Formats: sequence, structure tokens, C-alpha cells
Amino acid sequence: MSEVPGDGSVQTSLHIDPYERNWMRLTVVLLVVFATAVTIAGFALGFQVPSPEERVDPNTVAIGDGPFGEPGLRAYPDGSYDLYVVAQMFSFAPNEVTISAGSEVTFYVTSVDVQHGFKIQNTNVNMQIVPGQVSKLTMTFDEPGTYDFICTEYCGSAHAQMYGTLTVEK
Amino acid sequence: MLTTPTYELTKSEKSFISQHLLFAFIALAIGSLFGPLQAFEFSGVDFYPLLEPVIQSYYQGLTLHGVLNALIFTTFFITGFLTLTTIYGLKRPLKYPLLNRIGFWTMVVGLLMAAVPILLNEASVLYTFYPPLQANVFFYFGLTLVVVGSWIEGYGFIFTWREWRKENPGVRTPLMTFGGLITMVMWQLATLGIAVEILTMLIPWALGLIDGADPQLARTYFWFTGHPLVYFWLLPAYVSWYAMLPKQAGGKLFSDSLARIAFWLFLLLSVPLGFHHQFVDPGVPAGWKYIHAILTYAVFFPSMITAFTVIASLERAGRKRGGKGWLGWIPKLPWNDPSVSAQLLAGILFFFGGIGGITNASYNINLVIHNTAWVSGHFHLTVASASALSFMGISYWLVPYLRGRRLWSRKWAQIQTWLWFVGMLIFSNAMHVLGLLGAPRRTPLGEAPYVPDEWSGHLLRTSIGGAILFVSAYMFVFNIARTWWSKKLLAGPDEEVEIPVAESVHPAQETPAKLDWWTPWLIGTVALILVAYGPQLIEQIGNIDLSSPGFRP
Repeated sequence: MSEVPGDGSVQTSLHIDPYERNWMRLTVVLLVVFATAVTIAGFALGFQVPSPEERVDPNTVAIGDGPFGEPGLRAYPDGSYDLYVVAQMFSFAPNEVTISAGSEVTFYVTSVDVQHGFKIQNTNVNMQIVPGQVSKLTMTFDEPGTYDFICTEYCGSAHAQMYGTLTVEK
Repeated sequence: MLTTPTYELTKSEKSFISQHLLFAFIALAIGSLFGPLQAFEFSGVDFYPLLEPVIQSYYQGLTLHGVLNALIFTTFFITGFLTLTTIYGLKRPLKYPLLNRIGFWTMVVGLLMAAVPILLNEASVLYTFYPPLQANVFFYFGLTLVVVGSWIEGYGFIFTWREWRKENPGVRTPLMTFGGLITMVMWQLATLGIAVEILTMLIPWALGLIDGADPQLARTYFWFTGHPLVYFWLLPAYVSWYAMLPKQAGGKLFSDSLARIAFWLFLLLSVPLGFHHQFVDPGVPAGWKYIHAILTYAVFFPSMITAFTVIASLERAGRKRGGKGWLGWIPKLPWNDPSVSAQLLAGILFFFGGIGGITNASYNINLVIHNTAWVSGHFHLTVASASALSFMGISYWLVPYLRGRRLWSRKWAQIQTWLWFVGMLIFSNAMHVLGLLGAPRRTPLGEAPYVPDEWSGHLLRTSIGGAILFVSAYMFVFNIARTWWSKKLLAGPDEEVEIPVAESVHPAQETPAKLDWWTPWLIGTVALILVAYGPQLIEQIGNIDLSSPGFRP
């Protein structure tokens, strides 16, 4: 597929209509605006997606001495928390968590069997939970209330039952 | 001036293409049975218990729906349709008809091989088949053969084109053939991802030759293929929109050059952006996700060219038919031709699909909708509308052409296209709203304990939309079946069905020769894939950890 086809005697040109040229310019402007917006939101305002945190052995991660051996809340003196969650067919451990309003929580979630999802409703916390990996995101909860965290990835027959609740107290 | 040779497809060529379509339509008919069952489940009406022991779970049904409609219907229709655009565009027979037959029967064997474990509930892993969920090994063998068969058919098209090029130096490749070749070459590159995933990881793992899989690396391989898969579905519809629809509407293609530029850009940009499906993955660095987000924006550009060029072509057609004013050309289009109305309505639905797609691509904004019903709503506007409804529209002339029979009912066909449009608007809108409210995708929400009352109206709307779509799908299948086996043969040349071939406003021969030159574009495509994927593939393969044993769902 390498040869350039010969031209013969026909005059060639691109024939781009002025309207279409403007349409393409508008498209580029639009895309630059979008790209700028997500860039500012991501890198200046801190709306970030998960990034590699740690590799673990899914077969032993929940039975060892590590933090997933005893999943749950770790409170720090400054009022922030780490929350370690183990996902497995078809439940989260722990599945009920209570924190106080205004606190910052860093979520560490891993799976001991298949892939799961971890999405806290009405927040931006949304992670794929992959065996062998630790998913991490941080979120501050200012609004008191009950937030369901649900499994958003098909993990087997009772996937629809898999959820837990995070209670934010005043 | 060039003379336009004529070419009439032989009986055996027509029957070869028909065989593709037959498998495609059977897959559509069976797969479409399960769509409404999921939609009804959403409002608490669960038919699945009634289907035991044939279909044992919601997920077996969902696997059938996804695999048959999104993978099998599309792949068989596309390879059949592109066989036609290769032969008819180039006005010559396939160079190696036997090669294409081998490709086709490889796909059939693969389909049957995958179908058995799915029907036995041994492969209810959905069409993403993410490990550590494990299917019967024949499911993986079957999918491999379907892909390999489609490769072989693609090689057949390429050999045929090369032969034509030798016979026709200096002539621009006809646009319909060109678009088909781009589709198949892109597909060859794109499917390397799942080929490596299945052959080096899933099959040895399912056979017990290795103890575990690396689920994160498997996802990266899968989405290397998974996003360009969308373009594999879409580009054949674009072939029709650019190279056929303007003629059907009574006009000409607005710009041959820009059509070709759009196809080249799809070749260049379809593959190196798969991480936008992995924005919430733990094992891919945020920086690479960001780069793929920007590249995903770039692929929006050729779609916008397509929108302009196709709409401009249609506007010219409508004005030629007497349309006046800003929008007066729209009602003048031949809406009474079901093939045209299907494709126009598919285009309108795809407009909404495009807007949603930008949202999906948008890095951090994606966190709001990732893994939610929004995503299923989105791809029902792309594969199930832009592609599937266009393929139905194409079928309304293609089946009468191939079978030499009159379409059983134009009226039914017309109603069918509108029902699809209305049903899809209701269904996909409800799914998008549910996603924004937090409803997970591919989850039987009728039995989920966390569903708030707020969702119930939208869940009901998915059921209503799904029911309308089901009726529409079966009106299509019924109409095609009645046409296929009709006793009424086309009578004489007046009734003969023509393959629509749109001329361009400026003849294709005036398009710069460089736009018919593969080498620079292929080099650019491979280079961009290496840049966008190379470092992460090296990193992830270098750190491969095969420690996840399989789980049978």
C-alpha cells in the first residue's frame, strides 16, 4: 500500500467550504475550552482520578498483618480518617461506617476475589476495585446524612445486594 | 474523463453476502429478546424465573444480549456489508473469494463455539469478560475465532484493493471501498489488545496452565480494543452516510476530500485513547489517563467533520427538492423512504450520543457517571442507534437487492424506524438520568436494596422505552424475514433495486492524491499508538502479577 497514485491531468484541491472551515475552527475552540476546564479542575482545584497506590496479593491481603487484615476506620488527631475497605462477593467490610461532619476521609479499597466497584452516592468517589491493586481517593464530607456506597461492577449473581452505608454525623 | 465501468454482482457473491446477513439477523433476533427482560426487571417485573431452566439468570440473559447484539450482529453485518462495498466500489470480484469464505466460516465456527457455553450458563461473564470472573475456555476460543475470521475477511478486502490499484493506477479509491478498508485496517490494529489478552492470559488461565490472571493488565488489554470497537461499529454506518445516503436523499456528497480526511483521522485516533475507559482504575497513572482524555477529545474532531459534511449533503438534497429557508429543506427529504428515515433518525440520536461521549471523555467529570446506567444509555445511542438503526436502514435496500425480492412492507419499515427513535429517546434519556442519580449499570435494580423512590419513575421509563424498542426490533426482523423468503420476485427492470452510490460535488478524482496514500497515515497511526500505549504496556507487562485465581459466576 505504498505507491502514490499518479495524478494524470486532473487539477486537484481540497475544496474546503468557508462554512466548513469555520465549523472546524469552532470545533477546535470548543475542544480547547473543554480541555482547559478539566485541566484546571483536575490540577488546580484537585478534582482527581485514582492513580496507582500499592500492589497486594489478593489471596493474602485480608488475612495478614497489614491494614486490610483489620479493615475499618483509622482516626487521626487532626480529625481526618483513613478508611480501609475489603470488597468481596457480595459485601464490603466494614459495611457500616460513621464519621463526623467536616472530616476528610481517605478511602483505601481492595478486593480479595473478583473486580468490584466502589461508588459513594452523591459524591465524586467512584473507583474500580481490582484484585491485586489498592484503589485510593480522598473526600471531605461537609453535609451530614447517610451515604450509600454501592458496588458498581458486575461481580456475580448477588452483585445487586452489595452495598454499605457511610453515616456523617453533625 | 474516466469511464465508469459497470459491475453486476454475481449470484454467488450475492449469496455470500446474504449468508453474513442471515447470521447477523438471527443474532439480532435472539439478542433482542433479552433487552426488554432487563428493562422490565428495572420496574420490578422479573420474567427470568419463568425462563428457567433454559435461561438461568439475569446475567446469562445480559451476556446473550451484549454478545449477540453488540458483537455478533455487528461483526457479521459489517463484514457482509463491506464485502459489498469492496466489490461494488471497485467494480471487480474479490481477488481470493476462497480466502473470504474461509474467514466467514471461521467466524461461524467461533460463534457456535462461544454460543454453547453461553447457553449452558458456563460463560455468564458479560461481553467485557473481565477476569477473575472466568468462563468456560470455549467461550474464549470462540471469540478468538470470530475475531480471526474478521481479520481474514479484512485481508481479502486488502488483497482485492491492491489488485484493483494495479489495474487502475492514478484512480482515487471509490469512497465506499476506502471507508471499508480504513475500518478493517483499524480493526486489525485495534484487536491486537484482546488477542494478546485472550491468547497469553485468559486461555492458559482457563485451561489451568497458569494459576492466576492479572486483572488490571487484562483491563488495559481489553480497552486497547474496547474503544476502537465502537469505531468498528460506527465507520460502516459512516460509509453509508457519506457514500450512499446523499444519493438516496436525491443529492451529492458535499466534500469527498473531507470525508477522506475524517476516515484517516479515525484510523489515526481510534486506538490510542483506551484509558478513558479506565479513568477510575487503580493501576493506571493519572497522567496517562489525562493524556488519553485529551486524545479522546481529538477524535471528536473527525466526528464533527462528519456531522457537517453529511448535514450539508442532505441540505443540498433537500433544497434541490424544493426546500426553502433555514430549515425548510428538512421536511423535503425523502422521509417516506424507510432506508433514509432510519439513517436520518440514527444521525439525530447519535448527536445526543456525541454530547454524552464528550462527558465520558472528560477525565474528572467522568467520575460522576463512571460505571453507571449513564454509560449503557450512552452506548445505546452509539452502537444501538447510530450503528444498529443505520444497519436496519441499509438492510431495507440491501436485502431486496441481494434476494431479488420486493421489501415486504415499506409502511412497516417506516413505522419501525420511528418506533426505534421514540423508544430509544425514552430509554436512553431515562438511563442517562438514572446514571446521574447514581444507578449502577448492568445491575438488576429491581432487586437492589439501595434504590431510592426517586428513581422509580425513571426505572419505569426504561421499561417503556425497552418495550417499544423490542416491538421495533421484531417489526424489523419480521419484515426482513417476510422479504427474505418472499415468493414475489422483483418483476423486471422497473423494480430493480439499485445500490445507491453518491457522487461528490467535486468529483473524487479532484481530491488530492495524497488522501489516497496509506504509508504516512499507517506510520503515524502505529507511532501514535506506541507513544500513547508503549510506556504503560512496558510498565504493566513488566510488573505482571498472575495471582488472581478464577471465579465462576
